[in-house]
Amino acid sequence: MRYAGIDIGSRTIELVVLKDLEIIEKRQTDTGFDPMTRAGELLDGLEYDRILATGYGRNLFEISFDAPTVTEIKAYGVGAGSLFHNVGTILDIGGQDTKAIALNENGKITKFEMNDRCAAGTGKFLEIMARSLGYTIDQFGTEALKATKNLQINSMCTVFAESEVTSLVAKGEDPQEIALGLHRSVVRRAVGMLKRVSADNDIVFAGGVAKNPCIRRLLEETLKRQVLVPEDPQMVGALGAALLAGENK
Amino acid sequence: MSDDYRNMWRDLGLDLKAHDMLLEILGKAYQDIYLAQKDRPEQMGYFDFVMSEVHGLRVKELMDEKAAGRKIIGSYCVFVPEEIALAGNATLVGLCSGADFAMEEVEKLLPRNTCALIKSTFGFKLGKVCPYLEAADMIVGENTCDGKKKAYESLNDIVPNLYVMDIPQMKTEPGRSLLKAEYYRFKEAVENLSGVKIDAAGLKKSIEMVNNKRKAIHRLYSLRKADPAPISGLDALLANQVFFYDNPVRFTESVNKVCDELESRIEKKSGAFPEGAPRILMSGCPMAVPNWKLPWIVETTGAVIVGEESCVGERGSRNLTDDSGGTAEELMDAVVDRYFNIDCAIFTPNPDRLNHIIQMYKEYRADGVIHFGLQFCQPYLMEAIPVEKALESKNIPVLRIETDYSMEDVGQLKTRVEAFVEMLKS
Repeated sequence: MRYAGIDIGSRTIELVVLKDLEIIEKRQTDTGFDPMTRAGELLDGLEYDRILATGYGRNLFEISFDAPTVTEIKAYGVGAGSLFHNVGTILDIGGQDTKAIALNENGKITKFEMNDRCAAGTGKFLEIMARSLGYTIDQFGTEALKATKNLQINSMCTVFAESEVTSLVAKGEDPQEIALGLHRSVVRRAVGMLKRVSADNDIVFAGGVAKNPCIRRLLEETLKRQVLVPEDPQMVGALGAALLAGENK
Repeated sequence: MSDDYRNMWRDLGLDLKAHDMLLEILGKAYQDIYLAQKDRPEQMGYFDFVMSEVHGLRVKELMDEKAAGRKIIGSYCVFVPEEIALAGNATLVGLCSGADFAMEEVEKLLPRNTCALIKSTFGFKLGKVCPYLEAADMIVGENTCDGKKKAYESLNDIVPNLYVMDIPQMKTEPGRSLLKAEYYRFKEAVENLSGVKIDAAGLKKSIEMVNNKRKAIHRLYSLRKADPAPISGLDALLANQVFFYDNPVRFTESVNKVCDELESRIEKKSGAFPEGAPRILMSGCPMAVPNWKLPWIVETTGAVIVGEESCVGERGSRNLTDDSGGTAEELMDAVVDRYFNIDCAIFTPNPDRLNHIIQMYKEYRADGVIHFGLQFCQPYLMEAIPVEKALESKNIPVLRIETDYSMEDVGQLKTRVEAFVEMLKS
């Protein structure tokens, strides 16, 4: 049997197909402005027995493709639990949401925290801030790691942070230093959420922002805990959905 | 809508165009949220009718009462004692405060970071869309939270008939004395308004009337302990909301009819939701009409709300007023005692509320608690944290939600509520 999971996020859509619990296909695309067309394109030519959807666009997918759904929180819990042994805590920072999820020893979700309406401190925030400093999103973390000072960025709101960045640039601050300050502000917020859900175990860090080396390092430094990043952190939700499609008899 | 209503609204000074818009939005929301539900009790038809006539027939009745010499008193809080109003030949109605309206105007008078309920109070006045408020001979404000307390100073500039009642903040003897003094002052104000002396006979009768209303709603609560739940949380919330402005005697009869039907549903094991559906206890801030957002999100995930630890719910209607007293003084004391037990978060400390949440969680056989806090509502948001901790220490799953009346966070709320329900199911 082949089971597929699709994670329709605010920025990207991921797809995983499993055969006998082995990943036989992984695909990714930008969500764009017409997520269902994009999802349809992503599924093009694929064979599977059952598909399950998660992510921000799951309800739309449920209607368009007549498929069951789960929340990203459950999908990330299951996905991360399958990649690492004894996962206690998962941090997922995606395009517009940050989630901290605690699992018990049986892999069951016991508590979670999620940001409300505002995208402060998420992937979208980093994307806009990178652009305002003239970096690509891939450069942003590596450049921030070159900074040496401890510049404070106080604003968490994307709009206010952007004007704070502008005024720091006007003061002649080094973009690398500003970049580090921005990364620190994202980590402060994520750490707050993690502390509300979990004990002192290892953290699995997933979602697009887990690709950022500066966020990873700052998380480890701040929490003094090991931060485990899956090989393909953006696929964790789709993997969880595919695994759940297999369970959903 | 009949022309009679339009004339009535015009005479009350409503902005007809804005009011039409409000009724249209309300009708649409009711259709999508209420009428779209499956397996509703037939007797909820009464409440559908009440909602379809929310600014029509009931307001007409109040206008007829006024013409016959009764007074109308509007209130925003469960601390305003209905027994005293009724005994003074006045009808007490809850005023509109459950939707955003005329926000640009509101924010000229109130800071942006004021809770939605207070802003809404001003919005309905400034937008000229609440016929209850315009029909009221007296509007009672009460010093509960700081937000309301200070907002009434500004409300006083835009309504001609505001009466402010002080409310204690501690459950101590001086606290009770304050409430008692304030209830006597209110009694006098009602007497001055209506010209009717409030005596033992009047109080006895009004206590009985309000107690009957409470007994009916208590009966409804206890039927929700059944699995499958015979009525949805949304429908039960509606009954709790209508509690505040319907004719008390007719309301009592109508709720009892719903209860009769629910009893036969329970016997047949037929429910509004399937047996075994995850059961949620709601706890926190009041939900005024038409603030149905969170219950709607919860129940569209397949979970059923089995109780409301809220002013629009059990916190507001818990406990009857003792009617055994023979003199007006004894009966007034009984009224004070009854209301002094309300475990609103403005009290410090407030251990009763936590105990009630736990008690309700057990009695209603809930699987989890969703704590609803209105953004910027300091007392309930502050209490939410110790409540969450206390429930977690007893292994009671709890989800803490902070939101307002806008629909912009529905997507995120859905994800959080769905994930919570998934957690309860697994």
